[in-house]
Amino acid sequence: MNHLDELEAQSIYIFREAFNKIDNIAMLWSLGKDSNVMLWLARKAFFGHVPFPVMHIDTGKKFPEMYAFRERYSKEWNLNFLREECPPVEETDETLPPAARSAARKTLGLKAAVEKHKFNALFAGIRRDEEALRAKERVFSPRGETGQWDYRDQPPEFWDQYKTDFPPGVHIRVHPLLHWTEIDIWRYTQRETIPVIPLYFSNNGKRYRSLGDQDITFPVDSQATTVEEIIEELTVTRVSERSGRAMDHEAEDSFERLRAEGYM
Amino acid sequence: MNAGPIPATAASTRALNRQLLRIVIVGHVDHGKSTLVGRLFNDTGSLPEGKLEAIRKMCERRGMPFEWAFLMDAMQAERDQGITIDTSQIWFKTEKRDYTIIDAPGHKEFLKNMITGAAQSDAAVLVIDATEGVQEQSRRHGYLLHLLGVRQIAVAVNKMDAVAYREDVFAEIETEYRAYLASIGVTPTFVIPVSAREGDNIALPSQNMDWYNGPTVVGSLDSFNLPMAHLDRPLRFPVQDVYKFDDRRIIAGRIESGRLHVGDELIFSPSNKTARVKSIETWPEPSDPDGKPETVSAGQCVGVTLDEQLFVERGDMASHTKNPPVETEVFRARIFWLGRSALEKGKSYKMKLATGEARVTVQEIEHVLDTTDLSSSTTQKVERNQVGEVVLRSRRLLALDEHTRNGRTGRFVLIDGYDIAGGGIISMEGYADQRSLVTQRAQNITRVEHGVPTDDRERQNGHKGGVLWFTGLSGAGKSTLATKLERELFDRGYQSYVLDGDNIRFGLNANLGFSPEDRAENIRRVGEVAALFSRAGMLAITAFISPYRSDRDRARVAAGEHFHEIYIKADLETCEQRDPKGLYRKARSGEIKEFTGISAPYEAPETAELVIDTSALSVDDAISELMAYVDKTFRK
Repeated sequence: MNHLDELEAQSIYIFREAFNKIDNIAMLWSLGKDSNVMLWLARKAFFGHVPFPVMHIDTGKKFPEMYAFRERYSKEWNLNFLREECPPVEETDETLPPAARSAARKTLGLKAAVEKHKFNALFAGIRRDEEALRAKERVFSPRGETGQWDYRDQPPEFWDQYKTDFPPGVHIRVHPLLHWTEIDIWRYTQRETIPVIPLYFSNNGKRYRSLGDQDITFPVDSQATTVEEIIEELTVTRVSERSGRAMDHEAEDSFERLRAEGYM
Repeated sequence: MNAGPIPATAASTRALNRQLLRIVIVGHVDHGKSTLVGRLFNDTGSLPEGKLEAIRKMCERRGMPFEWAFLMDAMQAERDQGITIDTSQIWFKTEKRDYTIIDAPGHKEFLKNMITGAAQSDAAVLVIDATEGVQEQSRRHGYLLHLLGVRQIAVAVNKMDAVAYREDVFAEIETEYRAYLASIGVTPTFVIPVSAREGDNIALPSQNMDWYNGPTVVGSLDSFNLPMAHLDRPLRFPVQDVYKFDDRRIIAGRIESGRLHVGDELIFSPSNKTARVKSIETWPEPSDPDGKPETVSAGQCVGVTLDEQLFVERGDMASHTKNPPVETEVFRARIFWLGRSALEKGKSYKMKLATGEARVTVQEIEHVLDTTDLSSSTTQKVERNQVGEVVLRSRRLLALDEHTRNGRTGRFVLIDGYDIAGGGIISMEGYADQRSLVTQRAQNITRVEHGVPTDDRERQNGHKGGVLWFTGLSGAGKSTLATKLERELFDRGYQSYVLDGDNIRFGLNANLGFSPEDRAENIRRVGEVAALFSRAGMLAITAFISPYRSDRDRARVAAGEHFHEIYIKADLETCEQRDPKGLYRKARSGEIKEFTGISAPYEAPETAELVIDTSALSVDDAISELMAYVDKTFRK
């Protein structure tokens, strides 16, 4: 088994554990490169089926290319697809900086959707290498009743024995991609020929490395027009992946505050 | 600004064909783990552009001196508290290969995080502060690494700059710590004097310690081996789930060890049903129908279909029919406990082993080990952060392996309430694999009705048939009472016969020795023979130590309602004083190994029909009690 095989096996194991142990689970599909890999891995785990709802928490401010992608593949892959809207920015915590407030809409939309569908757990495609705070996550990560994450008191998790026993009312985030890195995602996308939103490829010397809302996501300088070239570029870059995500840079603790409240 | 994504770029640079080794950094609080990590990053050129500058500026802004540890402790909460809260995972690279570092906290309360980190590591760096020497967590972490299965350990004696790079200070710590590790059976691969702050012996050999000729920290890491998949071990394929999304019935799971081929006969333990592998399923399906895999092996998450519609469920352990896992209801374990409330004798917990779950009860706490000084005590509780040697029992048969034979199916966690409260590794020392005892080998066999019904026999004999199963320590009086009772019963017109341990071993069981499996088989046969006697209308009296509850329960099943367990009770001291056969003396001197009560367990009955306390009763009084019981129970 090579490195990608090992990553794939670990993710499949996590999917199957969660699907067996937790009733009423759904997957968050942000349409980005990570969640597309996550969806692909789910189909591998369940032999071509995705036996739970796949949900897009829609801010309404995504790029047109993302919506087109969503329409096409939710049908082509025969997904049990759910679209849920986010509340207006006025309902978010006004002490947060502007971009973080915009991102916080998604948290509110997410909470409402979980409430509406009574989901006990959600698959989310976060990775440890994305951000220092995400590095602290567990694979099975319990949330309090209001969705908050207490990173100071997390369950032990070892020998692939994840925490799968929870009192009623606890919501769980399951992270099948936690151990992947950005370049792993691209190499796997390449190997498996997983469809990619064209925004990730260079256009006029710029490309998106990470996709979010149109108004708070910015492209980076790049000449990469294929998956191969992206991989090539990543092997030499010293710029971080989320550098184009405004909310990460507004204040030292923006991301931490967002996550503590339930952001992915 | 946010201290942000330290690791992204180091990870990005990983080439596909490069090796990846996962390491954990452990050690006592404030001994410099995070500083070491910061240095490792910087000195191997793995830092993202501007990261060092950003941290320096942040320090200036806050009016604090620059610390290498800030690279690692990039989170605000951590900086405020000055403690690494959790296992973060970050990536760096050397010329040889790539590394994931799991930085484990040294604070005592965060032991669960250290365990979470260490359990997924291939190697460890254990940091000891040269100014403080070996501390509580240095020892505890060393012990836990061993218990968790981390065998490649580099010990970094840090802050050598603060002791003027003195060789004697290093030598003293090295000697002390090596002695500690040796006492738990661990040999550290390297002990390295370093200064993380100054960069001595991290990536570059120190200019300040020319008395040291060993490798740097990076050099030692590069010398470690990659984890090996358990390909050469017997097949273990725990069933994770069974899928029926379409017309296929797919048994899904991960191969924990060995290889599996299409056409192999699989046995599912503990139900012990067998079937052959019809196909190995994959997605996307290969365009060529012959393109499906024929073999899968350790580490792969797979799905197979079987040639028969067996009832198979999550938790079943598939293996080949040769070299299957152990089947048992009872086993020994070394457990590290993280639970909020103590592990206690008599309490029961949910056990998770591979994909299986079972309720287990703590039958015995044999030792509680203080991992900091290795002193052991015999209490009834294992407190948080302690290690206990315990005996666990389940109500049903479990499929498992000894940890030394298969690490992946020889370990488990215990759940207390909703929380993972401890982890353990399994030993079967002194306990029998019950597989052969519960396996029905013959097929195509049918029961035949007897010519004489039980009622007719009872009427003729004037009493019912039965088994009087005597159990107790050697010297408790089983044989004495059994033979006297046999005479007494005979005189009063009962049909009775004593099955005695040594007598049976002269004949029926002459081919059995004293291994746990042979002892269990010995008792199984006696149980079956006694049951036949009882069905023949006689009273069978058995006089065997029969120390294991599982064995006696099996005898009870064989004889059904005719079975009467009689506990011939005497405390160990009394039995040892009597020592009618001189066996205790030999056991004490080590001449006899695994002697019940001395060096092997005796599991006293919990629900015996009758208890005869021979340390309080005379032989005659005991016989009277037994006779009264027999008259009441068996007389027609």
